[in-house]
Amino acid sequence: MFWRVEVKEKDGFYDALGEAVKKDIEDLGFAGKVKEVKTVQVYLLDGELEEHHIKKICENLLIDPVTQSYACNGDTSGEEDYKALEVAYNPGVMDPVEESARKAVKDLGITALKSLKTARKYLIRGNLSDGNIHSIAENILCNKVIQHVVKNGSGAMAELPPYQFKLRYVDILNAGEQKLKSISKTGQLFLSIEEMRAIQRYFKSLGRNPTDCELETIAQTWSEHCKHKTFRGKIEYREEIQNPKSKIQNKSKNPNSKFKTTEIDNLLKSTIMKVTKELNKPWCVSVFHDNSGIIRFDEKNNICFKVETHNHPSALEPYGGAGTGIGGVIRDPLGTGLGAKPIVNTDVFCFGHPDYPYKKLPKGVLHPKRIMKGVVGGVRDYGNRMGIPTSNGAVLFDENFIGNPLVFCGNVGIMPKEKSFKKVCKGDLIVVVGGRTGRDGIHGATFSSGELTHKTKSELGSAVQIGNPIQEKKVTDTLLQARDKGLYSAITDCGAGGLSSAVGEMGEELGAEVYLEKVPLKYKGLNYDEIWISEAQERMVLSVSPQKADELISVFESENVEATIIGKFVGDGHLRLFFNGENVCDMSMEFVHNGLPAIKRKAVWKRPVFAEPRLRAADDLTPDLLGLLATLNIASKEWIIRQYDHEVQGGSVLKPLQGVNGGGPGDACITKPILDSDKGIILSCGINPDYGKIDPYWMAASVIDEALRQIVSVGGDISRAAILDNFCWGNTNKPDRLGGLVRASRACYDIAKAYGVPFISGKDSLNNEYSTGKKTISIPPTLLISCIAVMDDVTKAVSMDAKKTGNALFLIGTTKDELGGSQYYKMKGFVGNKVPTVDPVCGKKYMNALTKAIRKGLVRSCHDCSEGGLAVALAEMAFAGGLGMSIHLGAYKRPAKQRPLPNESLLFSESNTRFIVEVADENAFVRAMRDCPAWKVGYVRNDGAFKIFDLNEKVVVDTDIAKLKTAWQKPFAKF
Amino acid sequence: MRKPKVIVLRTAGTNCDRETAFAFGAAGAETELVHINELTGRRKKLNDYSILALPGGFTYGDDVASGKILANELKFKLEEDLQKFIGDGKLIIGICNGFQILVKAGLLPNLAGDFQTIEATLTLNDSNKFEDRWVYLKNPNDKIQMTKCVWTKGINEVIRLPVAHGEGKFIPRDDRILKTLKRDGMIALEYTDEKGRKKGYPYNPNGSIEGIAGVCDRTGRIFGLMPHPERHILFHQGPEWTRTTRKNTKEGDGFTIFTNGVKFVRKHL
Repeated sequence: MFWRVEVKEKDGFYDALGEAVKKDIEDLGFAGKVKEVKTVQVYLLDGELEEHHIKKICENLLIDPVTQSYACNGDTSGEEDYKALEVAYNPGVMDPVEESARKAVKDLGITALKSLKTARKYLIRGNLSDGNIHSIAENILCNKVIQHVVKNGSGAMAELPPYQFKLRYVDILNAGEQKLKSISKTGQLFLSIEEMRAIQRYFKSLGRNPTDCELETIAQTWSEHCKHKTFRGKIEYREEIQNPKSKIQNKSKNPNSKFKTTEIDNLLKSTIMKVTKELNKPWCVSVFHDNSGIIRFDEKNNICFKVETHNHPSALEPYGGAGTGIGGVIRDPLGTGLGAKPIVNTDVFCFGHPDYPYKKLPKGVLHPKRIMKGVVGGVRDYGNRMGIPTSNGAVLFDENFIGNPLVFCGNVGIMPKEKSFKKVCKGDLIVVVGGRTGRDGIHGATFSSGELTHKTKSELGSAVQIGNPIQEKKVTDTLLQARDKGLYSAITDCGAGGLSSAVGEMGEELGAEVYLEKVPLKYKGLNYDEIWISEAQERMVLSVSPQKADELISVFESENVEATIIGKFVGDGHLRLFFNGENVCDMSMEFVHNGLPAIKRKAVWKRPVFAEPRLRAADDLTPDLLGLLATLNIASKEWIIRQYDHEVQGGSVLKPLQGVNGGGPGDACITKPILDSDKGIILSCGINPDYGKIDPYWMAASVIDEALRQIVSVGGDISRAAILDNFCWGNTNKPDRLGGLVRASRACYDIAKAYGVPFISGKDSLNNEYSTGKKTISIPPTLLISCIAVMDDVTKAVSMDAKKTGNALFLIGTTKDELGGSQYYKMKGFVGNKVPTVDPVCGKKYMNALTKAIRKGLVRSCHDCSEGGLAVALAEMAFAGGLGMSIHLGAYKRPAKQRPLPNESLLFSESNTRFIVEVADENAFVRAMRDCPAWKVGYVRNDGAFKIFDLNEKVVVDTDIAKLKTAWQKPFAKF
Repeated sequence: MRKPKVIVLRTAGTNCDRETAFAFGAAGAETELVHINELTGRRKKLNDYSILALPGGFTYGDDVASGKILANELKFKLEEDLQKFIGDGKLIIGICNGFQILVKAGLLPNLAGDFQTIEATLTLNDSNKFEDRWVYLKNPNDKIQMTKCVWTKGINEVIRLPVAHGEGKFIPRDDRILKTLKRDGMIALEYTDEKGRKKGYPYNPNGSIEGIAGVCDRTGRIFGLMPHPERHILFHQGPEWTRTTRKNTKEGDGFTIFTNGVKFVRKHL
């Protein structure tokens, strides 16, 4: 019998979720119209269940007897004054509660339950029309990609139709150009015409047509996501020759500008990977090779780090997209070497403006506020449930992220050093471990490689998945046990492309045979090719010697994790797939991996020219400073940070929020992975899309500098640092977009090489554009640099909060006239042109001197100058420490050649490689910093006043730390 | 001297097991991480240990309600073993999700004495979200020198521990239960401000009634709390250690709780 159970809060108990929904409805424009929202949890149970069973299940499991009551089978008494809106998951979408709830019912001794699904009912009271309710459902409560509004329903579950096997061939042997194009398009293969022709040639040589499964396999393997065609291909690059008189740009639009053309073969190898190769650091263990980059940690352990993006899924279904983003990147360290234990997460997001008017929203786009809340919630729930601290990150806003948000997720793992390498052996069995396979995430790899349009949502909804972090946690727990027992010889994660990519990669040398009917399924009805390319989450693929298979499977079984043999690595270099004995795919691995035709793209770079504001030397810059602290990019992200568990595993030494009661933004976090050792790792990140608008070269240079100076700020040493690159770009088929990418990559080589810091891993996400049919919105060129550094003694760490009255404040580094792309200009509505540059030769000297000073214990606090410049850095240090400051810019001696800078530049210019340092013993510090520009600019005061005096000793900022902190906290206080 | 044996119980979604074991280890105990299947499958026996620790995490995803599914598993599958364990005068500590489990299994506060009546709950924070923050805590019984709770003995000043939960609002079932908890000294820890005064949010991070952060049963041997003492065992895990110039301080504020448990076993069991 079918039962419908509704659980809700008893009268008098606070419905916190209902209150939160009410607030969202008010923000949607119904303030005053909505009086109350109550939430009801709906359970739909099916099976041979009697009334006494249901009573037992409800009273012992489904309700909290203190705060909740339940009603069965449509008893809606008391709901007369409310409008009801019920939201349920679409068929085929994983219901996250189902698995554990079924187990719990079994624990009660009830075995007759056949299925259990959930839904949520919202009871809304107020002056709202049916149209209003529809709009609330659309905009807040229901995402059509995974959910639907239940119509007058008992919510009975639809049975999926039974599956019938039919092998399908695609006729390409006789296809002309138009037909080939249309095969690629209708099959959602995202393959170019050249690629389709190469496939046609291969199958002509075999004398037969490909099966759908073979075409899918090629499309997955050759996708931009998997093969990085742009970075590894050939590029004909033309760059405008800059006016030699102007150091960094041509000032006016010059119609006669001259171009220089160069040929680039493999941008990745000739820039980013080249740095690592030339630096040849002995502590780089495995780089650009495995699922993440591995470096040495201590005598016994290595650590690995990977950062991925999950932009397109997060645009369509923010909660699921971001959750599976973090879930996916955790599987990278887990699939590195023989598996690393995940120890820290990082997250960096770029969104449109959360106050964007609903009416102006481009068609098909979710509102940025909804995206932001969903993304944060997704990362929170996945990371927290996995028990991995999320300790570092950044959040940035720009209107050009409106159609295409960026979601970067990173994970660090630790492993015994002898577990750092893998080897697939001939005759090994292929074992899939973890979650079951469903229709989720089909075409993810190809979809992420294309452009988003307003139609994407309906066409490619299945590319979005909801994660199950507890499944992944179980896999992690058991996998590490199996690793330590030496039960498998190679491992990789099932990510983009699913089994197709995982098995294809592992079997590249030897070849593989897979029996697809053996793959455990979530539900019946999947076609063979769907099983093969499904991107269902929480799965790992292992290569296991036949002698060890039984023991391996029993390790997983002991903690309720499924492990299934699905094939073997045969050794004849072929990829062969079977479904109940029928051969559905047979290709040579050589063609699958190396048959991709080389592409050649054109790129051009010409510097854009932006309007330059005229600064009117204002007498009082206090309002500007308060305004800057309240801009979204600078304001406190406490609302987000506190939703992440950053203390779990107990290794947090320096936290994301620092100072008195965690009242200030830390530069970097420090974690000790081994609790009884004082050795730790520092994580930081640099990102600045505002600079990318002006010149991707200096953007890349600046973000590398930023990530490194944050490491130094907390006491790290850049000679022990490694970095990761994540490029998010617009459509690189367009020469101007690709030109910017070339410039950014070149900066990566120049700057990282000069600093002596190797890249150990990276990833690119191209085609981040949103097309509404008529208009295309491209994201600004964005490079995230994530940095990891090993710190020998974490007890030497320094935080950014001002510590003691009377201590001196020093500025290290040189302030230049570089307000281009600054947050100050952004606040004033400008971009400007004078983007900050980097001098890595000087920079390295300053950083090394400061590292030594901190190691000697000469520094009480340190903060790097980044967004908002000197004034923002000082203000943050002051209110974080609950202490005031007096700053005298007259003490700042400019370099001999530099003209005097206006106050705006001195305070808000974002020149690189600058630090504010609080010092007790001035003489010792000055000695330690000899040969570096170190100016004493002021001191810490006890009264909370915050004053800045300009070059002429005139006060230009006069406020106090309470006002500064209030301004900084205000923007996100309302969320 | 023989080390007291601690069982740190794990299942799907447990995630503070290792640091909890580390804390007990540092306090002088011998610790073992044991999966619930090993107990229900009778491969390990609860009775072989002196302290049962239920660590933090999201057991079974906290699906349906936090801690509920593991609470039922203990109640329906290990009832006899647990009764015996408690009857033998042994100790139980539940931290965060472990506290939720103890309350939802009826093991805390257990005024009825039958180990199954649900007398309180831990429910969604008033803020409707998961929050990680360092809180100030006080043992409200410090003045009367008669702390009933074995685990919080000797904590007589304001301590700092982190909370990290979404469902930590403690609600007693009714006023009578609240009064009894207060009268009989079963409220073991309260959220306060820096000076030990009760305050609202964010000092009380979840809206708990009377700022209740941890409670014990009548014997004082079963203890549950939402904050994480295992995350403040060492000085350098603390929130503001960079602000002090103290050197050589090895221990964090949470350490006493673990040494108390270990000392009790040494003395009484």
